[in-house]
Amino acid sequence: MDQAVVAQDIKRSDLLDMYFYLRLTRSLEDRITALYRQGRIVGGVYTSHGMEAIAVGYASALQPDDVIAPFHRDMGAFLIRGFSPGEIIAQYLGKQAGPTKGKDGNVHMGDLKRGMIGFVSHLADNMPVAAGAALAFKIRGESRVAFAGTGDGGTSRGDFHEAMNFAAVRKLPVVFFCTNNQYAYSTPIRYQMAITDVVERAKAYGMPGEIVDGNDVAAVYLASRRAIAKARSGDGPTFLEFKTMRMHGHSAHDSATYVPRQLLDDWKTKDPIVRAEQLLMQLGYGDESYFHEVGERAKKDVDAGTEFAEQSPLPEGRETLVGVFATEDEVLP
Amino acid sequence: MTTATAAQETQTTYVDAISQALDEEMRRDERVFLMGEDIGAYGGAFKVTDGFFKKYGEWRVLDTPLSESGFVGAAIGAAMMGLRPVVEMQFADFISCAFDQITEVAAKNHYRWGAAVPLVIRAPFGGGVHGGPFHSECPEGWFFHSPGLKIVAPSTPYDAKGLLKAAIRDPNPVLYFEHKFLYRRIKAILPQEDYIVPLGKADVKRPGRDMSLITYGAMVHLALEAAEVLQQEGIELEVVDLRTLIPLDKETLYASVRKTSKAIILHEDNKTGGIGAEISALLTEECFDCLDGPILRIAPPDTPVPFSTPLEEFFLPKVSDIVAAARKLAAY
Repeated sequence: MDQAVVAQDIKRSDLLDMYFYLRLTRSLEDRITALYRQGRIVGGVYTSHGMEAIAVGYASALQPDDVIAPFHRDMGAFLIRGFSPGEIIAQYLGKQAGPTKGKDGNVHMGDLKRGMIGFVSHLADNMPVAAGAALAFKIRGESRVAFAGTGDGGTSRGDFHEAMNFAAVRKLPVVFFCTNNQYAYSTPIRYQMAITDVVERAKAYGMPGEIVDGNDVAAVYLASRRAIAKARSGDGPTFLEFKTMRMHGHSAHDSATYVPRQLLDDWKTKDPIVRAEQLLMQLGYGDESYFHEVGERAKKDVDAGTEFAEQSPLPEGRETLVGVFATEDEVLP
Repeated sequence: MTTATAAQETQTTYVDAISQALDEEMRRDERVFLMGEDIGAYGGAFKVTDGFFKKYGEWRVLDTPLSESGFVGAAIGAAMMGLRPVVEMQFADFISCAFDQITEVAAKNHYRWGAAVPLVIRAPFGGGVHGGPFHSECPEGWFFHSPGLKIVAPSTPYDAKGLLKAAIRDPNPVLYFEHKFLYRRIKAILPQEDYIVPLGKADVKRPGRDMSLITYGAMVHLALEAAEVLQQEGIELEVVDLRTLIPLDKETLYASVRKTSKAIILHEDNKTGGIGAEISALLTEECFDCLDGPILRIAPPDTPVPFSTPLEEFFLPKVSDIVAAARKLAAY
């Protein structure tokens, strides 16, 4: 992103906050991966390593009462919405203190009060759901926006297309995105679709689309902000394709030997944290000692979160039976 | 049939009872809105929402694209934001397109992460209308096995109206199976005042001493006809209308079977792995000591619902099937 544009269009404090959340995301997910390798986390671990700029960028561009239906590599969005590292690690450890109280694991967490719709493994399932949240905003005449995404593989599902179509037909205040990280588990994008840019899909629904450098937090933020403003003003949905690369396996168990080494080496030079630091230095907003200090702050938060999560209790087995049905007081007003 | 004391002058059909429930709930609660195919200006394939579009406008009577998964998903999102969507499946058969949204998203959201989904999906189901394999299905069995959903299947205008109102006021996803064979075939005088039929309560539609016939939906009327025939032979059939399949009113079922010691389960969904199998297992587990004979099931064969008249007649349960089963059971 051109530094002059950034200097003019993004507040310094916002950019520095984004940098902190990039570091916090990386630090937290590195810890989660380490806990998995130590055998302390069971089940799946899906991280955003090398893709942190996407969730940090878009979540920073939203207002607090907007709603997010995240992709499963959007840890930064949870952190920005106020999920603490302690809560999140508790979730991964299956502890009572996690947002799902042990009912579900890893990134399958949500909280309507913080505007986070719980992730569903069936990719793209939450895209029609987000369109419906936007429909509620439109029906009630609220100035709120829904922001929802999936991966490149998820755009092959019918729910992706049904959501895009419905939102476009009704001009709903929603922004859809695709984290195009080039692989859906082991399947490269060339076996997923006969087009090279996912954004082309938007045309079929009469929806504007934009390709965005997903490793540039400033670019993600500005593109998201434009699309959000458009949705909020009643001009309907936008589709954003965030181009990036998954820098590891699908899950922590997957060594991803099917990804060509050269591809990873090329993308390693585009690491979003390194890119953000270059930008901050160009703008004179930060230097090496500042970056180090922010990294230490993030690590401290993650250390405290780890301690909290490890000390918090596991749920009782009989908690299994609680919560199949809701009570009236749990319905949002 | 439950009748009302404060009677209207006119009789209300089953389909009009459904329309009345929607209309009254939309008037009562501005959060209630409708979504579905052709429900707007056209008034719905079965005219359930006839006139609603004019009265409530295009955002409360929302015509959707032909995309069941998409609009059920959207209804889930709107419900989570605090609205009360009522989705119309044009035919219950098409609910298969939305299966994933119903079983994975709507049913699990509260259990997984505490999000209430106050959603109703109306699904016109059942045969006897020459609909063939894609317009006659009874798909309730698919959902009976999915925790987190409530399932309703009324048999009378009174229940149709009262259960739909209760479903709309419930904070959970409710599948409301309305039997299209009954739409304009049965009528009743309904109370003028607001009422609900609570979810989870079965209703003994005809008391009897000798055996319990457990059923729901259009089959209730077949059972009542059979009970008349059997009475001539000195066999008293007790007809238990489940009304709600989930949560199942086990107390009423067990009380009936403990009284009669014999049970027949009748449904229009095909036999294998159906709701009758589950009820039979429950009765064996809980009422074994009271039973004086085998638990019998009457249900269509394990085939799609065929189109041609003699085929569909062969497929659907008949009064004679019930009479034959009752005679067999009476011999124990």
